[in-house]
Amino acid sequence: MIALVDVNNFYVSCQRVFEPQLNGKPVVVLSNNDGCVVARSAEVKAMGIKMGAPWHQLRDFARQQGIIARSSNYALYADMSHRVMTILGRFSPNQEIYSIDECFLSFAGLLQDHTELAQTIRQTVLQWTGLPVCVGIAPTKTLAKLANHIAKKQAPFNGVCEWQKLSADQQTEQMQALDAGEVWGIGRKISARLAQEGIHTIADLRAANAELIRKRYSIVVQRTVHELRGISSIEMEEAPPDKQQILCSRSFGQAIYAEQELAEAISTYIARAAEKLRKQGSVAASLAVFIRTNPFRPKDPQYSQHILVPLTQASDDTLLLTRAALWVLKRIYRRGFAYAKAGVMLCDLQPRTAVQGHLFLQTADSIKRAALNKTMDDINRQWGRGAIRVASAGFNQGWKMRQNNLSLHWTTRWEDLPVAH
Amino acid sequence: MSLYLHPPAPAMPEPPLLLIPLMGVSVSAGFPSPAEDWAEERVDLNVRYVQHAEATFYFTVSGDSMVSPIAEHSIPDGATLIVDRALSAKHGDIVVAVIDNDFTVKRLYCRNKRLALLAENPAYPPIVLGEEQELSIWGVVTAWIVRPR
Repeated sequence: MIALVDVNNFYVSCQRVFEPQLNGKPVVVLSNNDGCVVARSAEVKAMGIKMGAPWHQLRDFARQQGIIARSSNYALYADMSHRVMTILGRFSPNQEIYSIDECFLSFAGLLQDHTELAQTIRQTVLQWTGLPVCVGIAPTKTLAKLANHIAKKQAPFNGVCEWQKLSADQQTEQMQALDAGEVWGIGRKISARLAQEGIHTIADLRAANAELIRKRYSIVVQRTVHELRGISSIEMEEAPPDKQQILCSRSFGQAIYAEQELAEAISTYIARAAEKLRKQGSVAASLAVFIRTNPFRPKDPQYSQHILVPLTQASDDTLLLTRAALWVLKRIYRRGFAYAKAGVMLCDLQPRTAVQGHLFLQTADSIKRAALNKTMDDINRQWGRGAIRVASAGFNQGWKMRQNNLSLHWTTRWEDLPVAH
Repeated sequence: MSLYLHPPAPAMPEPPLLLIPLMGVSVSAGFPSPAEDWAEERVDLNVRYVQHAEATFYFTVSGDSMVSPIAEHSIPDGATLIVDRALSAKHGDIVVAVIDNDFTVKRLYCRNKRLALLAENPAYPPIVLGEEQELSIWGVVTAWIVRPR
């Protein structure tokens, strides 16, 4: 048996732990730059506001309805996620962390009644962290996802749905009530094609000819059909494979024009990406930089460019990678455009231990450099991201994200601790 | 009057064994360090004061409501609280509670079907929970830190 545990309205729930006044109120959390809605409380969902709705279109409605908005507070969400995942990991020897707010737990071989255990999990996470979770339990990952969906939407389940405890009729009834597009792994494109062939509900998909599905779609969709029938076809993955590329890109708070400012943004992104690179023990053998204007303002002159360059020697050194990225920027930068977004990508990642030395290259004393990078990581971990940075990352950072409704980093900064009177 | 105390802590599987790194006492061959056999892990505040790491949060105290004439009970303005949510609050505990959507630190009184939050400072009257008020215990204070400079 496999359990899928996830936190209800994760970002909103995290805010509510530290802002009790948000309980019972309609709350949304906005994406980077306060662009669109990325999390909604139950009250907001009931108003019919959709995920991803642009905030600037909603602002008047929100004011009328008393909707409270918060900017994304990723430092908080990451810490709360880490707490939840650590707690959940104790309930099973086999855990697959699937996203920031959900994980699969293997219940194989556990003697305790699964529903009881799941209720213990709910209670423990709620007490320890203040976050509400729901649990779906089933013989396959796809069904566990479905059971979780049911547990969350249907109050009588009290947050836990154990698929095997439903009768065959109840299972079919549930599947008939949901669109095939709700199934884990079935995207919008596939569900549209399925609908044309008369496969509308999950029950239709389960009843479909699996062999035909493989021929028309893919082995992945066939696997999903099998999983819906209770045949486990998607394994638990414990350690996610190391990333093959690391992307860091953001939209700017306001359009920027100067190469100098773009250089600051690029340097900042490289620093972040290189930190991730070192964390997973990899080096990058090539690097891409891209910049673009805002395609949603078609009246403005448009420009978009990216270049991928191989590095002479694979590296995880912030200074070296910054130098390479700024070199690329010089080549793609054009004056006179209103840039809205930039990004860097570190590619061709390989384990640091497998790096080939370069015969003709004089590297800076690489051991010293490694120590410098480690020191930068340590300082930034202790004093906050960007506390120490290369000078090209700049000091004003006027391009930085717009976060008008940002809350405090209650759990990751001493100066931001919640206050008790 | 309603009380929302946390349910008793459910049975938790034992946390995984902590891996304690060996002391990095490296010595040149042939010259054993006389200290090596007696090396121990240095004392760590976290080990002593944080019982449930995932359930532990920190608060800053504001105001003098917990300043007590009894020195060892006194929590001054600016102190850092160590708050454990995994513990169930009981009579006499110092707790962080939510009252009218604000965090407050007080001593919990729950005896003879009476519920109150008591300040250590005699100048503050006890907060007796009225019919309309909701008391929710956020966590139990297990220690506080005061810095003399």
